[in-house]
Amino acid sequence: MTPAAGVERDVERRPRSSTFGVAPSRGPYAPGLWIYLLVGILFGITITKAEVISWFRIQEMFRFQGFHMFGIFATALPTAIVSVQLLKRRWGRTLGGDAIVVPPKTLGRGVRYAVGGTIFGLGWALTGACPGPLFALLGSGVGVMSVAIASAMLGTWTYARVRDRLPH
Amino acid sequence: MSALLLHPWPWYVAGPVIGLFAPLLLWLGNRLFGVSSNLRHLCAAIGPRGLPYLSYDWRREGGWNLAFVAGILVGGVLAGLVFRNPEPIAISDATRSALAALGIHDFTGLVPRELFAWSSLTTLRGWLLIGGGGFLVGFGTAYAGGCTSGHGITGVANLETPSFVALAGFFAGGLLGTFVLLPLVLGAFR
Repeated sequence: MTPAAGVERDVERRPRSSTFGVAPSRGPYAPGLWIYLLVGILFGITITKAEVISWFRIQEMFRFQGFHMFGIFATALPTAIVSVQLLKRRWGRTLGGDAIVVPPKTLGRGVRYAVGGTIFGLGWALTGACPGPLFALLGSGVGVMSVAIASAMLGTWTYARVRDRLPH
Repeated sequence: MSALLLHPWPWYVAGPVIGLFAPLLLWLGNRLFGVSSNLRHLCAAIGPRGLPYLSYDWRREGGWNLAFVAGILVGGVLAGLVFRNPEPIAISDATRSALAALGIHDFTGLVPRELFAWSSLTTLRGWLLIGGGGFLVGFGTAYAGGCTSGHGITGVANLETPSFVALAGFFAGGLLGTFVLLPLVLGAFR
């Protein structure tokens, strides 16, 4: 499973880990928060310029009247699948030298994914925005989206309240 | 240069770039790309105590992701305000007429100003769209355990069956919302 390059890196990083005592779970080169802020800025620019945050584009998609959104899915998903699989199987390591770990999701009865997904989709069609775009739209000057974000937080909090009584 | 900054990106540029954020975050620090977790982190940060779902160290678990979402907001300011595309979104004529039939005539911004403005909050219609829609997004994503980024991109990229089920749900709900709920809300509460 671990490629030869990964083993080599394991060896060279052993002394460094020992200086930290227990091997750190996030690696010696765990990037600071500002890196994630920067990546977030790039993502915000991307989804805004891609117009996937536009209510009009979402309507066009759900009405099957334009190719734009489907073209984005059709190129984003293969890119993500191939790059993540290569990263996991070939490269195998993070920047800090840790093994790449993606905790698997359990399907169970699948009710939460089907029902929760459908409820999410209803909201997506109304607001024309999923969580990422809500924040990008707020940044773009659609101030009233702060109310949608607060409502989404209330929705998440309500889920936390009734979680035990819902089928999952 | 200004063309690149102001113009919208075509799908064949935007799609591959969007697809690279999941591997980038994994590579940077084993982080799972998914925006909706931030709704949970924000609730855990400010919400009342005592709910098991919200009782965890949100700074440790979600600090990086909250920084990421703050970045999305800044990215929105840059791409949507500073370097705003002055042209209306180039949606198809069919969508324009379908939306005009629902009473939407202003196609100038990223969202219809007739519906998504502060003044909308004086109407029941506006509350149903913005407040109700937001609530469904937040409840649904928590129930489903992810949104378009966490399931739609990360989960699918990791070839997880639950994420394919969730993605089917997103689309089923979206169709129901577009063809049943939206006309109902826009028609009945004009």
